[in-house]
Amino acid sequence: MISERLSANDTLAGANETTAEARPQDTPAVELVHVTKSFGTGQDFVRALGPIDLAIATGTFVSVVGPSGCGKSTLLRLIAGLEVPTEGKIWRYGTALYGPSRDVAIVFQEHVLFPWATVLENVMLPADVLGLPKAAARERAFRLLETTGLTEFAGHKPHMLSGGMKQRAAFCRALLSDPLLLLLDEPFGALDALTREELSLELSRLWQDLGRTALLITHDIEEAILLGDRVIVMSSRPGRPRLDIAVDLPRPRDVNTAKHPRFVEIKQMARGLLFTREHD
Amino acid sequence: MWKAIAARGTTPVTYLALVAIWESFVRVFNIPGWVLPSPSAIVGTAIIWAPELFFHSLATLRETLIGFVLALIFSLPLAVIVAFTTTLRRLLYPILLVLQSIPKVALAPLVILWLGVGELPKIVIVVLVCFFPILVNVVAGFEAVPKAMLDLMHSLRASEVSIFRRLRIPIATPHLFTGCKVAITFAVIGAVIGEFVAAQEGLGYLILISSAQSQTALAFAAILLLTVISVVLFYGIEFLERRLVTWSP
Repeated sequence: MISERLSANDTLAGANETTAEARPQDTPAVELVHVTKSFGTGQDFVRALGPIDLAIATGTFVSVVGPSGCGKSTLLRLIAGLEVPTEGKIWRYGTALYGPSRDVAIVFQEHVLFPWATVLENVMLPADVLGLPKAAARERAFRLLETTGLTEFAGHKPHMLSGGMKQRAAFCRALLSDPLLLLLDEPFGALDALTREELSLELSRLWQDLGRTALLITHDIEEAILLGDRVIVMSSRPGRPRLDIAVDLPRPRDVNTAKHPRFVEIKQMARGLLFTREHD
Repeated sequence: MWKAIAARGTTPVTYLALVAIWESFVRVFNIPGWVLPSPSAIVGTAIIWAPELFFHSLATLRETLIGFVLALIFSLPLAVIVAFTTTLRRLLYPILLVLQSIPKVALAPLVILWLGVGELPKIVIVVLVCFFPILVNVVAGFEAVPKAMLDLMHSLRASEVSIFRRLRIPIATPHLFTGCKVAITFAVIGAVIGEFVAAQEGLGYLILISSAQSQTALAFAAILLLTVISVVLFYGIEFLERRLVTWSP
């Protein structure tokens, strides 16, 4: 499935045409049609993003990498339903998107844990807000905490945890409601290099176990390739996909994946685009 | 170990030294008691007048606490209204701003004129003085919610009520305590101002009549008690804060 979309420069503008009449199981998790996002009016008018046409197939992990200020976070906020596109349409699982959904969870750059609540209470937040059955949610929370090695910290307040542990707790919270789509907004951006690598590989395994769709926003090319089934390189503002490439590397991925010739090749390609201006 | 003792001992030693300087200053220069009584004279007077001092302290304390609690009861719902309703905020804020800008001391004689010499006018003055610091701080607290936390709640499709309960109240709580600590100090001052204008009881009243009769030591004892009340109330609120706000942002 991954290798079918292998060619280096296939932007997904073409892919959209096939999805309009597609059968349900082929419905993309997310589909953007001519989406733009602008801020301000008159002299302050700034187009931050687009126009973008993009489809994210269900069950894939898509990484979006781009220079800072290219609107990649805006892209995530649009898909999350936290912002409304200026033009164009966004579809999620075949239905037009209006506002946030309980099927979508976000992990932010900052852990955003409530400092007054315990780790367990923080992880349980989606269950409280969404009104999910308590007992089942609690059980799932403990299972997630166990998977991420946080069981013994369940009763601790966030400030007693290390940066990596806080972000693990944030992942647990995002996964509590078993979302169909996981949106990751530079989730390792605030961590040190070692924790970053460890946590991203952990996430890679976790995601593989869950088999859900994920969209990762990052400015780290290696991280994008290491985690993604597909890497999209964005241009600078207004952000548009410049390269859309399938990452046909075997899973599970580990530290050695970065030495794979194909990894290096994709990295060079992406790097070349990130550090050159678009001429058109 | 000596460092620890030094660290803990500095403050009491400073106080003791100041009292000793005061005592010796009065004795050496033979200053008359009605100008500046010595600390020992103040303590002696306080013991003789203990029942009266207790009675008047209680009166002032009652006015202070009732006024403070009423201010809390009025300002909290108003803070919610000001923070969350655009129209009412536009209507109320100018009024509140004018009210806040009036020096409460200047208002005290009028409040007494309207409400008499009993306990009520003092409570009203305390409410007027306490009200604003609490209101302003709580409104600021409601608005101090980090954007990322709001995004998180919105991504969970949380209602405004849910966001208020789970996010805005915990965030605003430390701000509420900041407001309360300012307000409680003002509250004691407010009660004394009321008693200065017209009263039959309270430490303010006692200070007024004892200084008029040159009973300076008694006035000093009353002032000391006022200070004690202020400090105890302040630390009482801080104690509550430490109990309720166990997290650091």
